[in-house]
Amino acid sequence: MRHLRLGLMAATVVAAASFQISTATAGEIVVGLQCDRTGPTQTVGTFLCPGYHDYVKLVNSKGGIGGHTIKVMEIDHEYKVPPGMEAYQRMKKGGAVVIAIYGTPHTQALTPLLHEDKIPGTSPGFGTAAAANGKKYPFLFPIAATYWSQGAAAVQFAKQQLGGVLKGKKIAYIYYDNPAGREPLPIMHKLRDMEGFQLKEFAIPPPGVEMKVQVQDIARRYRADFVINHTFGKAPSVALNEFTRQGYPLNKMVGFVWAAGESNIMGAGGWHKAQGYYVLQMAGAGSDYDVLREIKALYKSEGKTPPKEMESTVYYNRGLMWAAVALKAVENAVKAKGGSADVTGADVQKGFEGIKDFTLGGILPPLNITAEDHEGGGWVQIFQVKGEAFVPVSKWLHGYRETVMEMVAKGE
Amino acid sequence: MFHRESGYFKTTYQADMALFPLPIGRVAIAGLAVLFFVVFPIVMDDYYLTLVNLAAIAVVGALGLNILLGYTGQISIGHGAFMSVGAYTAANFAVHFDLPFWITIPSGGILAAAVGLLVGLPSLRVKGLYLAIATLAAQFIIEWTLNHTPVISGGVQASIEMPRPVVFGNTITTPTEMYLFLLPISVLAIIATLNLVRSRIGRAFVAIRDQEIAAEIIGINVYRYKLLAFMISSFYAGVAGVMATYYYGVANYEAFQLPISIDYLAMIIIGGLGSVLGSVFGAFFITLLPFGVRIFMETVGVFFVEGVYLAQVIAQMRLIIFGGLIIFFLVVEPEGLNKLWQNIRNYFRVWPFSY
Repeated sequence: MRHLRLGLMAATVVAAASFQISTATAGEIVVGLQCDRTGPTQTVGTFLCPGYHDYVKLVNSKGGIGGHTIKVMEIDHEYKVPPGMEAYQRMKKGGAVVIAIYGTPHTQALTPLLHEDKIPGTSPGFGTAAAANGKKYPFLFPIAATYWSQGAAAVQFAKQQLGGVLKGKKIAYIYYDNPAGREPLPIMHKLRDMEGFQLKEFAIPPPGVEMKVQVQDIARRYRADFVINHTFGKAPSVALNEFTRQGYPLNKMVGFVWAAGESNIMGAGGWHKAQGYYVLQMAGAGSDYDVLREIKALYKSEGKTPPKEMESTVYYNRGLMWAAVALKAVENAVKAKGGSADVTGADVQKGFEGIKDFTLGGILPPLNITAEDHEGGGWVQIFQVKGEAFVPVSKWLHGYRETVMEMVAKGE
Repeated sequence: MFHRESGYFKTTYQADMALFPLPIGRVAIAGLAVLFFVVFPIVMDDYYLTLVNLAAIAVVGALGLNILLGYTGQISIGHGAFMSVGAYTAANFAVHFDLPFWITIPSGGILAAAVGLLVGLPSLRVKGLYLAIATLAAQFIIEWTLNHTPVISGGVQASIEMPRPVVFGNTITTPTEMYLFLLPISVLAIIATLNLVRSRIGRAFVAIRDQEIAAEIIGINVYRYKLLAFMISSFYAGVAGVMATYYYGVANYEAFQLPISIDYLAMIIIGGLGSVLGSVFGAFFITLLPFGVRIFMETVGVFFVEGVYLAQVIAQMRLIIFGGLIIFFLVVEPEGLNKLWQNIRNYFRVWPFSY
């Protein structure tokens, strides 16, 4: 009987504590942030989400938006869909006016709900590329380059690196064999037909830690002129090592945004293992930005050391970007409402569509989000591993924009 | 305590085998029905209904796995894959043929059952851990097939947008409507399982689980019933997959990967193997406890950690506490929540007397 009583007591304590949910108070604007700190993509989430929090902290320290404090409601969903649904409803109940979605399956499952509840959601680097079409998906904002835009930019960069002509050149596309990995294929095929290059696809089966055969094929048999690398998780690190082992120069390879973090380089064994590797970034990498210096100063003024997450600049800065764009939209909405904190999701949706040339001192691309283009231009910046850092080698750019937008409009 | 158990005499076999041995059963069920179908939709807001919806889907899946593992003793680690078979079947039918939910749901179940029949074949030769590995292979084979067959999965993204179900001309959109759409399916599944396990088939399953050779000797066709168990279990999984697809609004195999199969195993082990009520308890426990623990951590955590680190601590502690509670409940009652519930019931049955 003692066991039973113990069990009952434990159950009561958990139940009693569980059902208090805080909601927004007056003068406070709530933003939702879904995160993966404990699931398969935790190497991204644990650095990205602190970036989001720190930017909001910075804005609040300057008096918030129009005098209103911003409150972040973060929920970790372990990259599972049901907790993502729960998190969404909790954020809705908490009065969130914009929600940062994390994960492709989550984006797909939440899209209909966002429309029904009229709450804008951001899905940078996730979800279907067709979501850039603001007419078809009015409440979904990719805000950063989708996989189609990344594919187009990568091909553009390859063209530039190979002397401006792609005709007859051999390009290898190595990708993680899941829906997100295959998503750029339609645009790659289209560009292959347009530019007349050869394209060979190399699928890496999940979990992507074994790719010796594919890399050997690329380096020795196919002898690719350029490699486009679209892998996630542990796979980019493995790829770097395999290509080095096969003697393939890393400066003939460009990685998509999820193969572009410090953790991927560390996983390969450190900076010296990745010299010359090109990557696409949706937000600036490195620490040389004013906003990062401001955050550091803010921590210093509080007598604390800046968080160690800041050292992983790629993902941290991306979190910062998510926050900055969302808060910019909120700011537009507050302005439109004459400074009132009483903004709704629909107001913020209009706020997103009013974002124009917002760069935050160069850490963001010149975003121009319109009612048609929720991607904001599909910008990426190309960085290269040099020494102990990612060094920018281009300005913000986008490739084959007309072709991409044509496909988006068709919703292929 | 509230009712007397004496004085009810059964004079027929039918009465002895009835679903409710005592009249209080009917009263309790009627009370629960009113609570779930009338009180909850009125009282609870979208958030809590979302929780119940998630649990309602899990209940169907857990019942299916319990029929296989709890009643027939055949393990399966491919439950999530069967759900995805149901999901894609329903999505294809709903999108390409514009079929209503009362066709897509059973057809999703039937196709999953057909696949389950194939996957069940190894069970005729291997048992226990060997069968676990065979079904694990099925999980990966089905995932791979869906991933690489655009005809089934609708293109490179392997996802099909599912239209909202239409019931009597109304499109189901809000969580309340979704709740009233999903819950009857779960209730049907529970009733069907209750009746299945006290039928000839159910008794054959239990006989196979307890002693296969003895079952064969008393005239049970072991092969047939094992395959039947796989089919029924997969049917439930398929139906759960269709429910999830209607609920998420998209069919995507990434929502039914290996961790989901493991979750379902956890549900029935925590809930209680070989019990219908246990499946329900387990489904609610595994689905809802993480949310409870997180809200608990958010309430308590602010006293210990501050600032941006709180989110990180909550996320990590949630896993630790969740795992700890699973161990705790299994130590308190290894036979699962169902046994725990029975203990509580038996205690109050004779209360205030000890025996």
